Amino acid sequence: MQVTRLRLGYLPLIDAAPLIMAQEMGFAAEEGLALELVRLNAWAQARDMLGAGLIEAAHMLVPMPVAQALGLGPRLPAMDLVMFLSQGGQAFAINAALETRLRAGGHGFDFADARAAGLALRRAVSGVLRVGVPFPFSTQSELVRHWLGASGFAPDAVELVTVPPPRMAAALAMGEVDAFCVGEPWASFAVAQGGAALLLPGRAIWAAPPEKGLVLRRDFAASQPELTGALMRALWRAGRWLDDPEHRGSAAEIISRPEYLDLPSELAGRGLGGTLMISSGGELRHAPDFIAFNAGAASFPWRSIAALLADRIARRQGLDPDAAMQAAMGHFRTDLYRQHLRAAGASLPGASSRLEGALKADRMVPAEKGQMILRADAFFDGQTFEPPPWRPEPLSRN
Amino acid sequence: MEKRLSIIIVEPDPERALPIVDGLRELGEHDIRIIAEETGLARQIAEFRPDVVLIDLANPSRDILEELALASGPLERPVAMFVDRSDEQLTRAAIEAGLSAYVVDGLRPDRIKPILDAAIARFHMIQRMRTELAATRAALEERKIIDRAKAVLMKARGIDEEAAYALLRKTAMDQGKRVADIAQQLVMAAGLLTCR
Repeated sequence: MQVTRLRLGYLPLIDAAPLIMAQEMGFAAEEGLALELVRLNAWAQARDMLGAGLIEAAHMLVPMPVAQALGLGPRLPAMDLVMFLSQGGQAFAINAALETRLRAGGHGFDFADARAAGLALRRAVSGVLRVGVPFPFSTQSELVRHWLGASGFAPDAVELVTVPPPRMAAALAMGEVDAFCVGEPWASFAVAQGGAALLLPGRAIWAAPPEKGLVLRRDFAASQPELTGALMRALWRAGRWLDDPEHRGSAAEIISRPEYLDLPSELAGRGLGGTLMISSGGELRHAPDFIAFNAGAASFPWRSIAALLADRIARRQGLDPDAAMQAAMGHFRTDLYRQHLRAAGASLPGASSRLEGALKADRMVPAEKGQMILRADAFFDGQTFEPPPWRPEPLSRN
Repeated sequence: MEKRLSIIIVEPDPERALPIVDGLRELGEHDIRIIAEETGLARQIAEFRPDVVLIDLANPSRDILEELALASGPLERPVAMFVDRSDEQLTRAAIEAGLSAYVVDGLRPDRIKPILDAAIARFHMIQRMRTELAATRAALEERKIIDRAKAVLMKARGIDEEAAYALLRKTAMDQGKRVADIAQQLVMAAGLLTCR
């Protein structure tokens, strides 16, 4: 079989596992692909290299293609998100001074109750809370704004500061930020360095927060449908393999190698295994399904998620939310997901948009064929989001 | 005469920063500053209020600049959105050279273009120098390995240096491999066979 090389950009995080395992476990080879995994240092670098055609596909924060669709990035060829690669995987951490105050106030650090943690934090903070996030357009930024806003923090009582994930621990230690929200293993890394305590997993705030997506250039997806499909199937199968708890340990070993994350595998194993050390005192908390790759339709790129993110980003940036939602929805390619993953056996929901935040528990719903389970996706405060109907325009190149 | 432009280069390695500064100096009088430290990057940029920020595409601090590009409130100086948004060609040329540029909104394209062209040329030059340096280092390493392999052969077979090299070269040709690869294998095998 002829093998095609594809260059994939990724940042060193546990949610890069589908890309790494697709190559290492042979899911890519089964599809006739050899993945050249290019380790990157910045999210902006992933976006720019993809735009200039220096990589064929990128592991990207889900809100990034939304921001690009809204014209909030450099002028580059159109980019589409064709599938989610992970849900969850984030943790919110606070510095030692806040930890002491929260403990003195009787907070139990259960690493689960977002309402209690939010109220405890509100009582402990006077003045402005500076929170590190990895990128202005990130799931972390949305989680922090939603949770702190619903916990009584006024908009001007929170300052979000962009900090590259590997620097998060140092930024906390040097007092540049008081807290941060970041993808694993960088929260566990900060706990291991000392001076950080984990307060919540991202899933305690929003039960199914889409974290990373596979982003391609629109012209590549259109002109190379076979390669696009092969890549999506390889990553989808890698995600399914990763969702078997038996495989998480070996995944942690492999992604931690020097050529990938280059960290002790024990750190990556915490998030992947769902048991996190929340303080330097060694307290462990079990967080079931801390990160999901495939189960419960985790990889389906709902257009309603594009609308939800576009609505929030547009309001902050002073753009028209209705136009923003329409623009963004066209960049989450549920059509390509159906086309390329149907044959692989992915469960396909009947609709491509839904009321977001409505499921308090996993639910069985009708699918294209038979039934499928959708993962719970409620926000901790019960908020829901009704997307507008999508009025597709002919696909443009920009 | 037009006002001088203020330009910041974010680059921790002085050997890379200086050629870029030199390239820009040739264009005329501009205020150029190098920032090497990652800590306090946002504060330093806010203080200097640059018209243009040049940074390596792969610098981890890129994402901090992305935030600055968005943070300009209505009362602040109109900050920057990337390299001139009207010119997709220039954007891609910069990315291919490994350069990322942030330019203050409203700066005329004819003022930006010469600066970016010069910076792009310097980034290409730096890339070439790096490639050459890496090639020189690799050649030096190979030289050392071949010398060690020759010594192994001279000792084991009692031949002189010239004969040892000829033997390595013939073996390499017969096997369709490079002399350095054969030398590497020989040195490794010799290491295994030697009693410690």
